[in-house]
Amino acid sequence: MSSLVTYIESLGAYCVTALEQTGRTFNMLVQVVWELLHPPYRLYPIVRQMYFIGARSLTLIIVSGITIGMVLGLQFYNILQRFGSVELLGAGVALGVIRELGPVMTALMVVGRAGSSITAELGIMRITEQVDALECMAISPDKFLIAPKVVAGLLSVPLLTMVFDFVALFGGYFVGVHMFGVAEGSYWNGMIDAVQWQDVRIGLIKSFVFGVLVTLICCSRGFYMHLTKAGSQGAEGVSSATTDAVVLSSIAVLFSDFLIGALA
Amino acid sequence: MTGNTQTDTAITIRNLVVDYGPRRILNDINLDIPSGQIMVIMGQSGAGKSTLLRCILGLKKPTSGSIHMLGTDIATASQKEIYKARKQIGVAFQGGALFSSMTVGENIELPLREHTNLDEKTIQIMSRIKLDMVNMLDAEHLMVAELSGGMAKRAALARAIIMDPKLLFFDEPSAGLDPSTAAELDQLIITLKISLGMTIVVVTHELDSIFKIADHIAVMKDGNIVETGTPQQISASTNPEIQGLLNRKPRETIVDTDAHLRRLTGGF
Repeated sequence: MSSLVTYIESLGAYCVTALEQTGRTFNMLVQVVWELLHPPYRLYPIVRQMYFIGARSLTLIIVSGITIGMVLGLQFYNILQRFGSVELLGAGVALGVIRELGPVMTALMVVGRAGSSITAELGIMRITEQVDALECMAISPDKFLIAPKVVAGLLSVPLLTMVFDFVALFGGYFVGVHMFGVAEGSYWNGMIDAVQWQDVRIGLIKSFVFGVLVTLICCSRGFYMHLTKAGSQGAEGVSSATTDAVVLSSIAVLFSDFLIGALA
Repeated sequence: MTGNTQTDTAITIRNLVVDYGPRRILNDINLDIPSGQIMVIMGQSGAGKSTLLRCILGLKKPTSGSIHMLGTDIATASQKEIYKARKQIGVAFQGGALFSSMTVGENIELPLREHTNLDEKTIQIMSRIKLDMVNMLDAEHLMVAELSGGMAKRAALARAIIMDPKLLFFDEPSAGLDPSTAAELDQLIITLKISLGMTIVVVTHELDSIFKIADHIAVMKDGNIVETGTPQQISASTNPEIQGLLNRKPRETIVDTDAHLRRLTGGF
């Protein structure tokens, strides 16, 4: 009986912590919007963050885009060949990439490369009193640290998704046309016929949402590290907050992918 | 609190209480920090010095009480009011808290860039003047990772005074420094008080520094202020806690041998 009570208590404590963290993340979003609406407006910090989140993720996105496109081309070809419909290869690859895999894989890559760094950076700034120093200089950390990252995420993830989609389509093309001999015209024409504006729109909406979600969760886990158990653990706490941020961001991306897909 | 005292004091703290969950960290603190002088808050580790400093800076909301500073009650003020007051203070943190992605010069220029519309040239000149004051002019283009502990503290001080604040706060300025660098920093703090007329609050437990720089001392123990006075008054105090601190005596612990053994063995 006592172990059941302990279990319920720990479950309750876990739920309270999760709710607190969600509340803080939402509060951070409100603060960021508020700060963005008020002067001074500065472009350079956003460009700098876009370079970090976007430009420096480009190689990873190109490599993973080509690979995913090739794998899709291979799998779709094997399936379509059984039904004698290899001319649908272009349509299959394009719809899979533009609607689902492009935004999701790009967001997951950004989580792994940039999101973890954002959490670690903010966590270290918190434990070395750099955030306190900003506050004491009457500089809003939300404006100075968080807002540029969130805006950069909002803009970079859709741009990276477009790059991912583009190279993935060529990955599928390479496998389908050059390895398995699918007619070039049927690959591209099948794609053009199958993909509608609605598919592109859903892919774009997802990438915008993922961009904000990923940066916001990663910022929140690092920035509010001192309010969690990790806050008292120094370097180990930063490592733990970074792991949490990556896991939470990935789950948030996958879950919101389902939600947007279901609602659209 | 009399009106007369309020005009002479830069910071007035009344009945300040801070609880962390069930633990009381600060217990009914009352303190007047005089204008234009150096107040040192000293005490053993865990006495509550840093928590008191964080409350004064508005980084920690107290459970109850008031902190009047620059016309604002920091304990109850809104974030906007606290930010307004903070534009008139400077803080040098224990580890420097410099931004590692910036050069020393960029760190020092940051408050000017954020709060003024000065042109680039003026910002650079003002930054160099402050760097010169802390003997760091040659380090303007160095990255923070390239600085020694003493240099980081001096750079943090240059950043703290860049806006010519009315109040300057130091958290453990001499901690981790060699005696010569610590003495240099102490001299710098005194020079700042004399030349710029600042009110300076120093939180430290370095005895050599305390008696060199302090005009007034507040001694803390277990979340209470046990005594305040001039360095001479504190030195002459008959309070055994203060004498213990000044004579570097280890804390006396009254041990119930049986209870201690039970604690060590878990009751076996």
